[in-house]
Amino acid sequence: MSNVLILGATSAIARGTAMAFAARGDNLYLASRDEEELKRIAADLQVRYGVTVHYSLFDAAATATHPAFFQQVLNTVQQLDGVVLAFGLLGDQQAAREFAMAEKIIASNYTGAVSILGLCANYFEPLKRGFIIGISSVAGDRGRQSNYVYGSAKGALSLYLQGLRNRLCPSGIRVITIKPGFVDTAMTFGLPGLFLVASPRDIGKQIVQTLNKSADIVYLPGFWRFIMLIIKHVPEFIFKRMKM
Amino acid sequence: MPLLKTYLSGWGRYPVQTCELERPERYADLKPHADTLIARGQGRSYGDASLNENGRVLLTERIDRMLELDTQHGILRAEAGVTLADILPVIVKQGWFLPVTPGTKFVSLGGCVATDVHGKNHHHDGSFGNHVMSIKLIMADGSEKTCSADDNAPLFWATVGGMGLTGIIAEVTLKLIPISTAKMSVQHRSAQNLRELFELLESPELDDQYSVAWIDCLASGEHLGRGVAMFGHHATTQEYPAANPLASTPKKKRALPFDFQSWVLNPLSIKIFNMMYFWNEGRKTMPFITDYDSYFYPLDALEKWNRMYGKRGFVQYQCVLPDATAREGMTALLKELSASRRASFLAVLKRFGAEGKGLLSFPTAGYTLALDLPLRDKALFSLLDKLDHITLQYGGRVYLAKDARISAESFRTMYPRFNDWLKLKQAVDPHQRFSSSLSRRLQMGGQS
Repeated sequence: MSNVLILGATSAIARGTAMAFAARGDNLYLASRDEEELKRIAADLQVRYGVTVHYSLFDAAATATHPAFFQQVLNTVQQLDGVVLAFGLLGDQQAAREFAMAEKIIASNYTGAVSILGLCANYFEPLKRGFIIGISSVAGDRGRQSNYVYGSAKGALSLYLQGLRNRLCPSGIRVITIKPGFVDTAMTFGLPGLFLVASPRDIGKQIVQTLNKSADIVYLPGFWRFIMLIIKHVPEFIFKRMKM
Repeated sequence: MPLLKTYLSGWGRYPVQTCELERPERYADLKPHADTLIARGQGRSYGDASLNENGRVLLTERIDRMLELDTQHGILRAEAGVTLADILPVIVKQGWFLPVTPGTKFVSLGGCVATDVHGKNHHHDGSFGNHVMSIKLIMADGSEKTCSADDNAPLFWATVGGMGLTGIIAEVTLKLIPISTAKMSVQHRSAQNLRELFELLESPELDDQYSVAWIDCLASGEHLGRGVAMFGHHATTQEYPAANPLASTPKKKRALPFDFQSWVLNPLSIKIFNMMYFWNEGRKTMPFITDYDSYFYPLDALEKWNRMYGKRGFVQYQCVLPDATAREGMTALLKELSASRRASFLAVLKRFGAEGKGLLSFPTAGYTLALDLPLRDKALFSLLDKLDHITLQYGGRVYLAKDARISAESFRTMYPRFNDWLKLKQAVDPHQRFSSSLSRRLQMGGQS
């Protein structure tokens, strides 16, 4: 039985992941900006799986509050075994042409992640155990006009996780990068051109299953690895003319 | 809030209409955001109850958290979008069961309240609403109201069976029933005709917590109404002595991966199926133990079974006739069906107990008959009109959750408490914000 911290716990993928952890008997600490939702999700996990669930408010963009938050988590659960970073903000690409919106997107997807994962890494490293699962995005694999601010922040997150993996590997700490494709969440609902959309509960199960496998960078569903392989290899002089 | 404009239908896949879907993931977003809307849980009503043509449909499927389970007293409080399929494994292992369950577990809790569903125990325990301790309802102005049989009772009984037209059902608190095993003890009896079938269902010796009868509706003449009556109850630990009697093994689910061609279900194939079913099931006269899934939800084993009826879909006809006229009326209905040479793949006869307090609730003391009729041609509708006529003639009513086509006029005759309901509807939702294709077809806003 482990204690797992889920950051950004009110998203659909995070809830799916929390359910999969709880189903195998893990206790959870949920964190997000929405207390009402945290309360409901925590109650649900307790009723369904009979595990212990704590929760508290957490704002990824308010990096100054992170050390106190992380200390509070440790005080509550005594021992932490793993962290899932699930927060993120797609934002409005049109609005992101103004720096105020772009900055918010970068803070929510990247700088906030660097801040809190730094604390987690420093905690796990001397203990020589633990795992960090970061939910990045296929949008971070190549810049596209439709979401490049979000994409660049997620791309930076993927690189950060890669570096962290390199640093923590000698200490036996797993760092896994998850790159979800189309998942049936509020972020994609109603968008045109979606295909083979995965359910967040299935994605959650697969995220937890990565802990039993050896892969470091996981596309979910798996076929997205091939889609992104193609997209990454389109020559730039063609790609720049494409409407994507 | 992102919207998805799409073609939408109920479980019968008729009618298909363009609707604009909204799917909140946070409880706070469960609000009436459009001028007209209807909430939709799992879309398991058959006709147009969860459709709103060219209007907003609010999907509650992500508002599905279980909030509190009192394992001492058997009380569950949950958000309305949660399905019975999600609830069952959680409560069964604690020794509790749903007080009333419909024939599929893939329905939402909110849908069970809105259609006041019934189960095989209606003759003893009444319909779903009887066991609802309270509900939280989001009103037309966005405010939240708690109601129960004691608190805001008129609103409560207008919402139980109210087809989602009084507000968005947001939370439900349900009283569960205790069980000592996860199994059912069941026995069957076969009947050569309708008279025998009624006798079986009325027999006090055979009567049990749950009872239902399957009818071979291709049998005619002296065998009209031939069928198998099935009786059951939650098995006791004496009947099912096991080390862990509340454990249930999850079943492998299969899904129908494609639409059948509409000729696959024809009178001959159904006749062969019916003969085999009659023979196999009619023999099981000794009590046997089965799991609750196979007993309550035989069709759930095959996901998307509605594809069996092909792309054109099907109509389910379910009516209830009062005790006094039931035998005569059911005979007339089955004769009409048999004369039409249309086969119903599924025909179910059930006994109902006293009418509940839900103003638009379907069940009323008597017998209910449910028929699945594949939609092959428009002539089906004239048969259905004839069935309506018989139902009305014998003082019965049609189940709104199954219906796609009765007239506003028939509806008013069938549901005499409609005027009481309408007064309340006009008081709580004067601008008809909660409105569905069904409510407009049946002129439930009061216009004529």
